[in-house]
Amino acid sequence: MDNLRYLDDVTTLVLDRESCIGCSLCTEVCPRGVFQMKDGRASVVDADACMECGACVNNCPVNAVSVTPGVG
Amino acid sequence: MEKQESAFLKTDSRARDSKEGYNISTSGVKIMASMPVEDQGCSSESRDSESDHERPGYRICSYVERFIDTDAGPIPVVTTALGRRDLLSTFAVRCGVNRHNYTVTPGLYAVGEPDKTSEVLVTSNFKLTFDHLRKELAGVSAWILVLDTRGINVWCAASKGTFSTAELVKRIQASSLEKIVDHKRVVVPQLGATGVAAREVKNRSGFRVVYGPIRARDIRSFLRNDKKADKEMRQVSFTMYERFILTPVEIQMMLKPALVTVLLLFVISGFGPGIFSVAGSWQRGMASVIALAAGIVSGAFVTPVLLPFIPSKIFALKGIITGAILSVPVLALVQSSASGAAGLAALWLFSVTVSSYTAMNFTGATPFTSPSGVEKEMKRFIPVQSVCILISLGVWIYSAF
Repeated sequence: MDNLRYLDDVTTLVLDRESCIGCSLCTEVCPRGVFQMKDGRASVVDADACMECGACVNNCPVNAVSVTPGVG
Repeated sequence: MEKQESAFLKTDSRARDSKEGYNISTSGVKIMASMPVEDQGCSSESRDSESDHERPGYRICSYVERFIDTDAGPIPVVTTALGRRDLLSTFAVRCGVNRHNYTVTPGLYAVGEPDKTSEVLVTSNFKLTFDHLRKELAGVSAWILVLDTRGINVWCAASKGTFSTAELVKRIQASSLEKIVDHKRVVVPQLGATGVAAREVKNRSGFRVVYGPIRARDIRSFLRNDKKADKEMRQVSFTMYERFILTPVEIQMMLKPALVTVLLLFVISGFGPGIFSVAGSWQRGMASVIALAAGIVSGAFVTPVLLPFIPSKIFALKGIITGAILSVPVLALVQSSASGAAGLAALWLFSVTVSSYTAMNFTGATPFTSPSGVEKEMKRFIPVQSVCILISLGVWIYSAF
């Protein structure tokens, strides 16, 4: 999968690390390995891999993540 | 064939030791006799058979091998072997035949010899998905909770909102899952997370969502591994085979617009010095149709299959590259009917543009493109493609004079 990358700098993914409570569910549901836990909080380590599927947004208990794609 | 295989599975399964026959009870879950029992020493305590589950106007599905009695009523047990009919319909659906009406009835199913401690695996009611799951469950005893996703696969249904928190909660309640299992958890495929909010399911149904692996083939190791998915199980893949298997539908989706284009091409190809020539329409029309076909094959088949090997991240550009190369030998074949260099150039540009457009279409079938990226690509390339089509048609008509 490493050789299949889509456009850089287009994702609308935003993570508010301040409000993250460190449940790590985003690292579990993301099918592209966008998140990793760092110092007890989620951190975006590969934003360009994000395909804005919204799994993280849907499962974040404190709404610390958002994606706002248009119609595609 | 099917019978032999299920017989093999039966002898394979510990719980169904021939001495115990079919009538073992596990934690209050009574397992009922299967089809006409052949060699097993049949018991007198239970005479239930498949025929007891027949109802006027209903037919038992071919993948249901028997029924299992639970505190919530009889539950169909499915086979893990795909029969010839399953394989044939899988092939048809992959080619786009009956693709939108290929479903199993939502609700609770069983596989193996599940009891009150067995896991509940959640899936969608697209039969391709359902078959994919059950064929990976040989030797596994589990419950399968099928959500009503209107025959759409888990991931697409999750993003369209049918594989959802509400639907999961509804199915948990409708199947009286609390009477089926003692634990309070369901295994949801990871790609369902786009539509399911774990904490909300817990709040509304009392059941905890455990996110399982993406691919059904990892389910067994996931269960063995104490319901832990490793990194590889959590990441989508898009192998050459996975890309190839999608291409018949890509081509099939192009057929309708292609047919309209073919008619137009024959009309346009008839224009010439004598205003309209039927012979010209036929000869030059065929050449342009071949250019169209080359473009579709390039964009909807060659580009998807060779995806990572074609330069550029932009699908429209990938299509241009493949189309530019592929159309050259194809056009060499129709050289004589193309009315010279200008005509050939027009056909080449046309073929490349069709390839670019169909390749761009493939973004929708991949597991790594983002809507924002696709939007950016389309905004940039749809105008380019439109202009190129107009230029190629203009030159094509001009070349006839």
